[in-house]
Amino acid sequence: MLIYTLRRILTMIPILFLVSIVVFTLALAMPGDALSGQINPADSSPEYIEEMREELGLNDPVYVQYGRWISDIVQWDFGRSFTHRMDVTELIGTRLPNTILLSVMSLVITYILAFFMGRYAGRNPYTKGDYTIQGVNYLMLAIPSFVAALFAIFIFAFQLGWFPATGSVGSGLETGSLAYWGSKLYHTFLPALVLGMLVTASYTQFLRNDIIESAQKDYVRTARAKGTSENEIYNKHILRNSIIPIVTLFGFDIASIIGGAVIIETIFSYRGIGELLVSSISNRDSAVTMAIFLMLSIATLIGNLLADLLYGIIDPRIRVE
Amino acid sequence: MSSQDILLEVKNLHTGFNIDGRVHHAVKDVSFSVKPKEVVCIVGESGCGKSVMSLSVMNLLPKHNGKIDKGEILFEGRDLAPLSEKEMNAIRGKDISMIFQEPMTALNPVLTIGYQLDEVLINHTTISKEEIRRKSVSLLKQVGISRADQIVNEYPHQLSGGMRQRVMIAIAIACQPKLLIADEPTTALDVTVQAQILELIGKIQEEVGMAVLLITHDLGVVAEMADRVVVMYAGQVVEETDVDRLFYEPKHPYTKALLHSIPKMDEKRDVLNTIEGIVPSLKNMPEKGCRFADRCPAAMDVCREVDPLLGETDKGHAVRCFLYEESFPQNSDKRAEVQ
Repeated sequence: MLIYTLRRILTMIPILFLVSIVVFTLALAMPGDALSGQINPADSSPEYIEEMREELGLNDPVYVQYGRWISDIVQWDFGRSFTHRMDVTELIGTRLPNTILLSVMSLVITYILAFFMGRYAGRNPYTKGDYTIQGVNYLMLAIPSFVAALFAIFIFAFQLGWFPATGSVGSGLETGSLAYWGSKLYHTFLPALVLGMLVTASYTQFLRNDIIESAQKDYVRTARAKGTSENEIYNKHILRNSIIPIVTLFGFDIASIIGGAVIIETIFSYRGIGELLVSSISNRDSAVTMAIFLMLSIATLIGNLLADLLYGIIDPRIRVE
Repeated sequence: MSSQDILLEVKNLHTGFNIDGRVHHAVKDVSFSVKPKEVVCIVGESGCGKSVMSLSVMNLLPKHNGKIDKGEILFEGRDLAPLSEKEMNAIRGKDISMIFQEPMTALNPVLTIGYQLDEVLINHTTISKEEIRRKSVSLLKQVGISRADQIVNEYPHQLSGGMRQRVMIAIAIACQPKLLIADEPTTALDVTVQAQILELIGKIQEEVGMAVLLITHDLGVVAEMADRVVVMYAGQVVEETDVDRLFYEPKHPYTKALLHSIPKMDEKRDVLNTIEGIVPSLKNMPEKGCRFADRCPAAMDVCREVDPLLGETDKGHAVRCFLYEESFPQNSDKRAEVQ
């Protein structure tokens, strides 16, 4: 298991190298560069701009620029954000905890909802309860998250006033105090719910369908023939099998949830990585953009590794010796 | 014969499947009985209702469309057909247990052998966990699995088909049932393993002192194992007798045809004897008359008009065919007192 994990981490290196090339190319392809976001061409002389370009190394051949960038990254130097006037690592460091909180909370809500809805619908297929759950599912699948986010803000924040509409924490609270964390969770709940919506719907559907299918399997008949109760059959025999596809999806969803966070954070003005990415793109803050893209790629790779390892734990047939 | 001498008595069992809103009977008016410690074989081609009959006894029919419509399944005098799921669970695995055709899929792939074996003991006994595990290991040894104390921690995919069927047998005999239903237990195994598994079932049957209801389409297995034989065709019993008379004095044309289709050792043939045609499907059952008439070499006009009854021609030998006068409805007073 350990050797397998190490081998998997080693194979990530060439993949990361390719990803870095793609990220760098994308940053180059963006209109403008680090300079055009920082200065106003209208009141700067072309000579000055040219001088600055030379100084920042923007006139060097592409491979030299790439080499400089990648060697800095290896030394954990992601450059400086010129809009925020601070190191990218530091900047991301202030935003990352919020996004992690949002993602974890979203995953927890997703898993709890999907587990109970999927289990109920799978055990009682073609009943009213099942049809209701499926109806809710289709709604969650069909409504784009930005529309759902707006509806959620309108209904739960403005009409009912249950949750705050924006922000990631209340103002005037002492950092680290209990009230501070409470406020954080309170602010995170609504965006987390909307963020997990799509995944919740697909997990519920997966679980439901797999339970229905597994209930027809021979081993279920064997369990019945042993005199095992219906509850035991569903909770032990069927669920153990039906949970497998969902666990494998977990790894992939880490990436998709962080991706979804970009939209949700922007709508909720939630100060996380996603909101930072969007603002950095519009400010042509390429150092930040590239760092975040790279980070998302690494998160995806780690997510996949995690999925494979979890798969092995839960399904003995593919356990790595 | 008094009812104490009968372990399982199936009386006029009708099991139907709901297909497109109509009930089709896969088992129609089946009656037979099993005495304690007796091996009864049920033979017939694929699709003649053997498995449905055995699942009916266990009440394991697919819930969404299978149902016992009529008849009684008396186990030690108690009718199982109307029992609730909970009442049935107290009997399944304890008094009656069952092994299936497909050992490859009959065990849960994500649970250890030990867990699946312990489960039946947990369901039906109150002994401690450690004792249960000890019992499980000794059961595995009893069915001829070496390294039993390691196997309990392994998963089904780590075992061969023959080993898995042994595990299934261990599960089935864990609570020393009075009746073991074996639904084609060797069909999915290769020939050498088949012989071992049959031998094991025979050995265990004597050790535990249980009755065995063996479903098979293999007459070789019948010759080896059976005390009595029930021949089924298209959901009905067409002949019932002891194993010697089945092979030496078969009466029903279907039984004769089955026996005739076994290749003989001392005979050189290029083409195997077969019975023309196939078992009619559930939806295409003849409305009246003998269900075998279309494939029967001895079919008469009456066979297509009147339903033959199972009549006893000699003591302990019953047949459902108009070649024998006992099968005519007007002689129904002589009908099926076969036990």
